[in-house]
Amino acid sequence: MSTPVTTAPRSRNAGYARLRTPRRPSTVTRPRRSVLLTVLTGLILVYSLLPLGWLLINATKTPGGLFDSFGLWFAEDFALWDNIVATFTYDGGVFARWLGNTLLYVVVGAGGATFLAVLGGYALAVFDFPGKRAVFAVVIGAVAVPGTALAVPTFLMFSRMGLTNTPWAVIIPSLITPFGLYLMWVFAAQAVPRELLESARIDGAGEIRSFFRISLPLLVPGTVTVLLFSMVATWNNYFLPLIMIRDPDWFPLTLGLNAWNAQAATAGGEVVFHLVITGSLITILPLIAAFLLLQRYWQSGLAAGSVKE
Amino acid sequence: MSTPADPRPALVRVRHRQLKRAESIMNTTPRRLTRGIGIALVVALGLTACGSGGEDSPDSASPEEIRAALEEGGSITVWAWEPTLAQTVADFQELHPAVEVELVNVGTGDDQYSALQNAHSAGSGGPDVAQIEYFALGQFSVSGAVSDLSGFGASELEDLFSPGPWNAVAGGGEVHALPMDSGPMAFFYNQDLFDEHGIEVPTTWDEYLDAARALQAADPDVYITSDNGDAGLMTSLVWQAGGRPFSVDGTSVGIDFSDEGTTRYLEIWQQLLDEDLLSPITSWTDEWYQGMADGRIASLATGAWMPANLSSGVPSGEGAWRVAPLPQWAEGETAEAENGGSGLAVPTASGDKLLAYAFIDYVTTGEGVGTRLDAGAFPATVADLESEEFLSTELPYFGGQQANQVFADAAAGVADDWSYLPYQAYANSIFNDTVGQAYVSDLPLTDALGRWEDGLRSYGVDQGFDVD
Repeated sequence: MSTPVTTAPRSRNAGYARLRTPRRPSTVTRPRRSVLLTVLTGLILVYSLLPLGWLLINATKTPGGLFDSFGLWFAEDFALWDNIVATFTYDGGVFARWLGNTLLYVVVGAGGATFLAVLGGYALAVFDFPGKRAVFAVVIGAVAVPGTALAVPTFLMFSRMGLTNTPWAVIIPSLITPFGLYLMWVFAAQAVPRELLESARIDGAGEIRSFFRISLPLLVPGTVTVLLFSMVATWNNYFLPLIMIRDPDWFPLTLGLNAWNAQAATAGGEVVFHLVITGSLITILPLIAAFLLLQRYWQSGLAAGSVKE
Repeated sequence: MSTPADPRPALVRVRHRQLKRAESIMNTTPRRLTRGIGIALVVALGLTACGSGGEDSPDSASPEEIRAALEEGGSITVWAWEPTLAQTVADFQELHPAVEVELVNVGTGDDQYSALQNAHSAGSGGPDVAQIEYFALGQFSVSGAVSDLSGFGASELEDLFSPGPWNAVAGGGEVHALPMDSGPMAFFYNQDLFDEHGIEVPTTWDEYLDAARALQAADPDVYITSDNGDAGLMTSLVWQAGGRPFSVDGTSVGIDFSDEGTTRYLEIWQQLLDEDLLSPITSWTDEWYQGMADGRIASLATGAWMPANLSSGVPSGEGAWRVAPLPQWAEGETAEAENGGSGLAVPTASGDKLLAYAFIDYVTTGEGVGTRLDAGAFPATVADLESEEFLSTELPYFGGQQANQVFADAAAGVADDWSYLPYQAYANSIFNDTVGQAYVSDLPLTDALGRWEDGLRSYGVDQGFDVD
């Protein structure tokens, strides 16, 4: 009873525990367990994974099986592969086109947004110039304005410029991410030591060279975070393409799937719930993959600045 | 624009001024921007008319001129969601290699109407041909958004079409679209379920009420149908009952829900509501299809296009479902009504009306009809409705029943003096907020209908109509 089990030497709790309580102390290496917290986390986990599980299970069913069987378990017919094939071949293979469109919007839109946010955030963090406080106010103000509120004015403006119903109408608004800019600004202020830049200047490196060779590698965790945020936002974007795009050839997946879903509510329409469900499953897979692949960079980004070296 | 000689109706001029204000948004200060956006939304969603495009394209042509245009070629854009059109377009292009037809699905129903209205307001970006449901056509013809097709010879086509659809597209000496399909109503029911509970197929709405009671008594999970406020169903049944609540003469609109036909409908439906005999499942949702698949919804009174939805949405019901004539409001009557159906119109802003007309003529009266019927569409043309081949087709979904006979009989019996409001799309959109209250509370249907009427009157006046 008298000897602490933990061997963490710097923990004050350890010594305290020895005097006051026989309970095992909480340390970084051996955190205290809370039943309540575990149960709560478990519940939230089930709640979060349930829709995903439902989607996965129901993507394996035929149209008939969808309605005849229990929603959270498999039907007798296992038609996942048939459904995937049907999703990609239905209506002249338009699903593949929508997938390609979404990828285009994400690569050009979210990629461009991230690049611009990194450039802007870095410049604001590193350079001093007149009007910086005004820029700060504008950026903070822009974070507060939801994109939905800007949709109608944007539509009117793009309509004047003849850009509606073209991919540009989705890509250009996606390029601007005030929150991403702010995040990069704060991150760059922390992650890029001024001294490093000064020594680079002394060694004769230009601003562009020192940005790409020195600062950019330091900014990777923040960049990945912004990239993930804007990727998810662009991938899931529904309202902006909805008002901008008329031509199904330029639909992103969100609009396309909704159009398929709407067929069920159309007089004389073909009901394709099984394709909507399978299509939705295919639609979320790239996002899951992106999160898993980029997680490493992202986590190190969250931890940055938490440790004093 | 506002000279006394301005031929456009009053509401069009009012809309024009609003549009001008909306157009000046780009030059306003941010403080005024909010108000500007509001107006822009009103303009975008409501009735608007300012498009003056298409002036280079003539409003009349002889058959020879149309034939010459087909040979000369060109390209047209078609906005439609009807699934059989893809094949029809392919055939048309093969027949006329010089013509290119781009078929675009910009969204079904209301989505397309918003897009069409927006394009019309903007004066550009619209199609050469648009699919418009009969109930919504008035909105576009009153505002001058669709061309009068009589100059192309459309007025001579009356005898080709059954009376319901023709009346929906023609009026005041003008033809605003050509009927593509029609929706004569029939009674679709789950024969197995009716047999299981020993219930006869109702031939009158009184028997329908009894059948609804009997089903509920036999199994509380089974409802005769689902209805939680559907404007299309209500107007169709009032139509069948002989009610004519709406009358339209130019920009004068009459609304009256107190006539005998409407009253007949209200009496039966009020009892269905009072005794909780209607399933509260919302129509057209996945739950609705599931309800029909697992036997919680036993029947539907709807248009003849329903087989397509049933066979793909309720595949497990194959062999169990049958079709019967719609129940009558009084014994021995043979009154019928339409539900749904749409025509192809040529927007006034179309850049090539000759090709556009040639295309819709091909789809609605030419070889295109056969292509579409083979793919499962329901015709609006008398010749097809009376053809032995069509009538004797045995539909496997309905256990081999010759269901087309039932639909064709219904099509022939449709009264042709029905009219929708010239802003029926708006009317339907507020139906659930007003009449829908009767379905979820103790509010009597008559009072709920009064709320709808109030909303329709004030909107009509706002739009520049004389509402009586």
